[in-house]
Amino acid sequence: MTEPLHRSLGLTDDEAADIAEILGREPNPLEFSMYAVMWSEHCSYKSSRVHLGRLPSEGERVLVGPGENAGVIDVGDGIAVAFRIESHNHPSAIEPYQGAATGVGGILRDIFTMGARPIALMDPLRFGPLDDARSRWIAEGVISGISGYGNSVGVPTVGGETVFDPTYTGNPLVNVLCLGVLPVERLVLGQATGAGNLAVLLGNSTGRDGIGGASVLASAGFSDDGADADKRPSVQVGDPFEEKRLIEACLELLDSGLVVGIQDLGAAGLSGGTSETASRGGMGMNVDVSAVPVRETDMEPFEVMTSESQERMLAIVEPGDVDQVMEICRRWEVQSTVIGTVTAPDADGTGWLRILDGSDGDELAKIPAASLHESAPKYHRPLAPPADLDQRRADSPSRLPAPSDAGADLLGMLCDTSWVWSQYDHQLFLNTVVTPGGDAAVLRLKHPTTGEDTGRGLALTTDGNHRWCAVDPRQGTANTVAESVLNLAVVGAYPVALVNCLNFGNPEHPEVMWQFSEAVDGMAEACRVFGIPVVGGNVSLYNESAGTNIDPTPILGTLGLIDLLDRQPPGPRFVEGGRIVLLGEPSSELAGSRWAFDRGHRGGTLAPVDGAAHSALASLVRDLVAGGLVLGARDVADGGLGVALAEMAVASGVGFTVARIADHGELFSEAPSRVVMCVGAEDLAAVEAAANGLGVPVSRLGLASGDRLVVKDLLDVGLDEATAAWRDRLPQALGSGTTQG
Amino acid sequence: MSVRVGVVLFPGSNCEQDVVEAVGMLGGVGEILWHGDSTINGVDAVVVPGGFAHGDYLRPGAIARFSPIMSAVADFANDGGPVVGICNGFQVLTEAGLLPGALQKNRGLKFLCGPSTLRVETSDTVFTDGIDPGAELSIPINHFEGNYTCSPETLAQLRDEDRVVFRYVDNPNGSVDDIAGICSRGRNVVGLMPHPERAMLEVLGSVDGRRLFTSLLASVGRVRAA
Repeated sequence: MTEPLHRSLGLTDDEAADIAEILGREPNPLEFSMYAVMWSEHCSYKSSRVHLGRLPSEGERVLVGPGENAGVIDVGDGIAVAFRIESHNHPSAIEPYQGAATGVGGILRDIFTMGARPIALMDPLRFGPLDDARSRWIAEGVISGISGYGNSVGVPTVGGETVFDPTYTGNPLVNVLCLGVLPVERLVLGQATGAGNLAVLLGNSTGRDGIGGASVLASAGFSDDGADADKRPSVQVGDPFEEKRLIEACLELLDSGLVVGIQDLGAAGLSGGTSETASRGGMGMNVDVSAVPVRETDMEPFEVMTSESQERMLAIVEPGDVDQVMEICRRWEVQSTVIGTVTAPDADGTGWLRILDGSDGDELAKIPAASLHESAPKYHRPLAPPADLDQRRADSPSRLPAPSDAGADLLGMLCDTSWVWSQYDHQLFLNTVVTPGGDAAVLRLKHPTTGEDTGRGLALTTDGNHRWCAVDPRQGTANTVAESVLNLAVVGAYPVALVNCLNFGNPEHPEVMWQFSEAVDGMAEACRVFGIPVVGGNVSLYNESAGTNIDPTPILGTLGLIDLLDRQPPGPRFVEGGRIVLLGEPSSELAGSRWAFDRGHRGGTLAPVDGAAHSALASLVRDLVAGGLVLGARDVADGGLGVALAEMAVASGVGFTVARIADHGELFSEAPSRVVMCVGAEDLAAVEAAANGLGVPVSRLGLASGDRLVVKDLLDVGLDEATAAWRDRLPQALGSGTTQG
Repeated sequence: MSVRVGVVLFPGSNCEQDVVEAVGMLGGVGEILWHGDSTINGVDAVVVPGGFAHGDYLRPGAIARFSPIMSAVADFANDGGPVVGICNGFQVLTEAGLLPGALQKNRGLKFLCGPSTLRVETSDTVFTDGIDPGAELSIPINHFEGNYTCSPETLAQLRDEDRVVFRYVDNPNGSVDDIAGICSRGRNVVGLMPHPERAMLEVLGSVDGRRLFTSLLASVGRVRAA
């Protein structure tokens, strides 16, 4: 017996019954297809929705919170910032170049949909280990896809992260964040209002690419390589030149006040774009599927309605403005076609999405538009902590033997990622004050319309740490929020808002749902403590390969502001003769550390964050940076104090000699709330006085000087050797370069 | 009166506003020139900016050279008007025959974005007037096809006629003879791969681009006076 249609589309029997109840009849195949994509995990967040409401989303700067295409923050001077982060993990696993490229394209559309000009991208990336050939192939393809699409579309990639770890073998994470700026008054929402207004499809023709991308690909795990190769046709193909013209045309339409609402067509394609605009506006819509320009012959209506072909937007336009809209599109060589009409709702408020064959032709589907979103199932999936949680927490990595060669351990953790980001245009628009490689990117803040320099700055950081979250998803996520606060502080910025991309395993596994729920609570608690509203998010589940879930990996994108940006922040570096100080309480807690994980030890209890002490430290660091008292600064995170010191040394070509680091625990601990600073000898007393004034512990570690990395009684390594280990790791593993697709 | 600098915009260009901003910092006025127009509207100088004109499909500059605006730019250049092509603009000018040679993919087949150091080789162009030969400037690069190549005869001619304007101190892309920029026989058309508009502010890491744009704006005064 063959499988029923709804199951092959990814719908459960219960979901199919729900749909029949909503319609009051059996759905036809086209209707099933539309529900299948809209009710997929990827589009409906059906497993995660019940948890996300616990995140704080209110704040005085928040103009638009979660649920829209992007979060929007008022940054003053009449300027708003729209930003969002998304995942393109599964497409990138099977077709790395196009998967990553279309991830960039999709996030850009989310931003200019809001009326904002995209001015920055960031790419937090996670790959399997460098000694795995397939992981290297994925990494090279993803990086060239970001380079090929991002550079050509003309939006700089100003930062991100690149991490290689066995947990991502078979299931890489390709997250992408985009930030745009807009004049506050131009803010537009993706809604269709006004019966009789027209729905105009802009951009690319519709093909068969990406059909089932959301439901088949993004909402299931990977089994083995052979079967997954068959999913390759579900990956879309990107055209950055089309997107560039689409950006310019849409921003001109918005500037001219010619659109009532506008919506990008991403996952779920036309089914999503038409139903979302209609239901947000409380209206219905008649869509003529035969009017949609197609690039392949004999496309079925269900293919047209669910295709995820890239570089398409849906604009809602008053009939009298259509000619002007089409003229602007012609000028930018962007295709524009009227495909539908906004219709009034029934007396009971139901707005109907009707799919027609010809404007007066046969009715192929008739669905309450809102039911594709609001009636989507919400699952309270079972959750359970791992059975051995208490034993794991009690098993401290302090029992591990001390390293025989701490210098070798340290060198093994160094990795210069410039091989990655030198392939990205990170300077376009003359904004980039701190390039990738620093703790946070820093951009000049100019008015999006007048170009006037406000003299202020935006700072942006992406952070995630799967090791911390594997040990304790709740505390690990809270500590990640704390890390992002410090990453902003060392460039002189204070946090104003956060978006997140929650990358987890299979939600049908109770332990994964427990991890998810814990991570949400940890983020919520930390964001409340630091006063950071969460204005948007994306959930990526089913990150599993061959039955193994990835370690939980919430990635945070945190936006900060700098009130006076009159010079470059100090950066992670030493200056010959500078004094090295540690701000914050020393710690030897190794739980969740890279050093412990490298030895296979995944247990212990993470050091918690003391909110008041952390805020005082961040405030102190900001003041010192703003006061010009800092020659170099880095927060202590991945790899601990050892890696922070070593990175400052190799980045500046200046060695160090430090003491008062008791043991390998203090060298490699990743406990929160610590910053390493290099300050001039003449400023040392002032820095200590400022720290004392705020009650922040401060310890003198030693001197920045010479050509060796020396930690008294622990390690002594040549600067040349450390520099080579840092600089050569990626070029040696990944070769001289990648090719563009 | 402010100097008017026309900045050509093709579909896919992306550095046009950066050039307008850079010119504005020095008191000039940047004006966008649309690719489909066949006039440069009487501007005093023209910059063909960076980006991916027409997506760089087929080959960088190969489609842009047929735009109506390029005929007007060629007429202006042939009359001695100052014309500067930056990055993709340099590629367009070689495709259009206003400068010799071609730009091929970087050695290493990798897109490169980052700082570079240029040595000025001649002060006798509209873009380097007043800068001593041998001066080193910190100007960022950002390209995938920046590897300059030409025939041995052309290379000999460029050297004999003092038309190599910039050389890389540390050649990043395999360009023949370390060439980063050249000029026309009339010395009024200059093409270079690095981006001087990205080196206009201390907070961005360099102000050396100011010296080049200052020369460009001043050259207009000389053309007017003459």
